[in-house]
Amino acid sequence: MRLILDIAWTHISSRVRQTLVGLLGVAMGVGFSIMMAALMEGSQRDFVSELVDSLPHIKVSDERRSAPPQPAEVAYRALEVVGLSTPVIRPGIKNPYAIVSMLEAWIDGTVAPSVETRAIIRYAGRDTAASVIGIDPVREPKVSKLATQIREGTLADLHKASNAIILGDKLAAKIGARTGNSITLVAATGDLMTATVVALFHSGVAQADETQAYVLMKTAQILAGQIGLVNSIRVRADDIMGARDLATRIEAATGYKSVSWQEANEDLLSAFEIRNFIMFTVVGAILLVASFGTYNIISTITHEKTRDIAILKSLGFQERQVRRIFLLESLIIGVAGTLVGWALGYALCLALGSIEFKSPFMDVNRLPIYYTPKHYLLSASVALSASGIAGFLPARKAAQVQPVEIIRGAS
Amino acid sequence: MTGPASPQPLLEIRHATRIIDGEVPTTLVREVDLAILPGEFVSVTGPSGSGKSSLLYLLGLLDLPTVGEVLVAGEPTSGLDEDARAKIRLTHLGFVFQFHFLLPEFTALANVMLPMRALGKLDEDEQRARAMAILDQLGIAAHALKRPGQLSGGQRQRVAIARALANDPMVVLADEPTGNLDTASSEQVLQILRRLTDEQGRAIVFVTHDLSLAARADRQVRIVDGRIADGGPSRVDG
Ligand SMILES: Nc1ncnc2c1ncn2[C@@H]1O[C@H](COP(=O)(O)OP(=O)(O)OP(=O)(O)O)[C@@H](O)[C@H]1O
Ligand SMILES: [Mg+2]
Repeated sequence: MRLILDIAWTHISSRVRQTLVGLLGVAMGVGFSIMMAALMEGSQRDFVSELVDSLPHIKVSDERRSAPPQPAEVAYRALEVVGLSTPVIRPGIKNPYAIVSMLEAWIDGTVAPSVETRAIIRYAGRDTAASVIGIDPVREPKVSKLATQIREGTLADLHKASNAIILGDKLAAKIGARTGNSITLVAATGDLMTATVVALFHSGVAQADETQAYVLMKTAQILAGQIGLVNSIRVRADDIMGARDLATRIEAATGYKSVSWQEANEDLLSAFEIRNFIMFTVVGAILLVASFGTYNIISTITHEKTRDIAILKSLGFQERQVRRIFLLESLIIGVAGTLVGWALGYALCLALGSIEFKSPFMDVNRLPIYYTPKHYLLSASVALSASGIAGFLPARKAAQVQPVEIIRGAS
Repeated sequence: MTGPASPQPLLEIRHATRIIDGEVPTTLVREVDLAILPGEFVSVTGPSGSGKSSLLYLLGLLDLPTVGEVLVAGEPTSGLDEDARAKIRLTHLGFVFQFHFLLPEFTALANVMLPMRALGKLDEDEQRARAMAILDQLGIAAHALKRPGQLSGGQRQRVAIARALANDPMVVLADEPTGNLDTASSEQVLQILRRLTDEQGRAIVFVTHDLSLAARADRQVRIVDGRIADGGPSRVDG
């Protein structure tokens, strides 16, 4: 084996320029692949974590997955009732506090009830629709990032005024209201309520910042016209990725529709899968192209070295030993290229990660780069397999050289 | 069958014919019978294109006869696969080609060590010592660390002979080992080859155009048009 390594080494070390070109090809392939993977996975993780942070992991709502069985259906099995009109007033979750304490006792995570309703905010003669969410300021920080997203004032300020309200900063800007201003809320029933803006929040999700407002639960219940109403229970699970399973179990236990963040964002997550597929295809293609360089070098060497191969075989080298020589050469190029590529990829990630820029859509002002050994191992394994194939083809051809034909031809 | 006293041939070729397919099939060697006995010093002569090299390739298991059989130490080889034939070449046969055919990137010493390393019987120090001993025996130990490009034609040819001897083969097959050497160098090489048979009992078969060199062999084989015209088999059974 040492002998094979020696021979392989003399071949590539006497072709420094060609070897370097091939090595750089692999290195750039590996480097760019790592950079791209880090960027893709970084932005995906960034997005998912924003998503996960801004939304409850699981939301138990007062809806049911299927229409409740009607008395007639229960009585007559052949009967099916379809096209039932949905009630205008949301029914709310029955015994919400019993469910909250049951979930608290049972799951690993935190739970908070809330009241979702809609109202029109009237200020300075202008009307803007908003979704108003009634929360418990003590429990809320356990299930959402709202407390950290408050810009002016605090979550506890909800207790400081009767009918206190926290507006999204874009919503406040849209209606021209500031903290301390009094605004009018028009409930769905048409009743009017005067509320004081005590704080603003900025979640970074434009949709929420533009349309949402938070009040105390009892305020929301008054707006909805249903005293004691709780129509959603939000859960923050310790195991984020296990949210889907947990939601299924909660739904089975309570009978209420429980939607995990994964289910709520199914489209997005499947879009990510497609994106990942595209990424892997491109990465594979880059590395494949890089391996053409290696193929070229090894073929050139096998052509130039046909006479040497004939000598080795006439001396008694076996086909597989000759094959190994050239396979080894391409693997040396592949391994060296991979190592340089790792360094290049890491450097590119550092460089990209240090660039700052402003985006009108997001708060992020640095590219999200995700560092993981997985990317390095993955690119290495693809690069090495590609090098292996790139070396194997000419190596196999070289090994099949019939020494007598070369020797006859030379004399 | 000759008498029981007759020793077992090291190499034996029986009724061998080698035809190369092509647009016009060429017959390189026709119905050749030849046996090489231990310690023999055999010369092969013949006109250019008569099939001397071709015969040597068959004897050296580098080529396969289209018809016939080549035996090494009495064992037929036609049933062997390429790897097994390579193994026999490595352990029992030494080849010296008309053009030296050394690996250009390796020193003389490394070239001589090559077959030893491939065989892997000796450790590195032993290989080096043995290779140096052979180079010394051939009078080129001083050039051991030069590459082929830094050696003269005669020196290269001696390195090639040294390499052929690396694994202590029972037969050395040399195709015009003196072909491009001057008279003095040719003489030297011939003496080296002769000594190798005398001292170690191995057989040498060498092809040459120089009839005066050929005449100094124990046995002179003459080939004309792919057939052995003179100096034929020592013993061929079957
Ligand atoms: N690959 C080939 N295809 C067809 N014919 C060939 C081939 N190689 C050799 N020959 C022919 O086979 C015959 C024998 O060739 P060989 O090399 O054995 O002769 P030789 O006696 O060694 O000649 P020389 O003294 O010139 O070396 C020649 O007539 C040659 O033209
Ligand atoms: Mg010849």
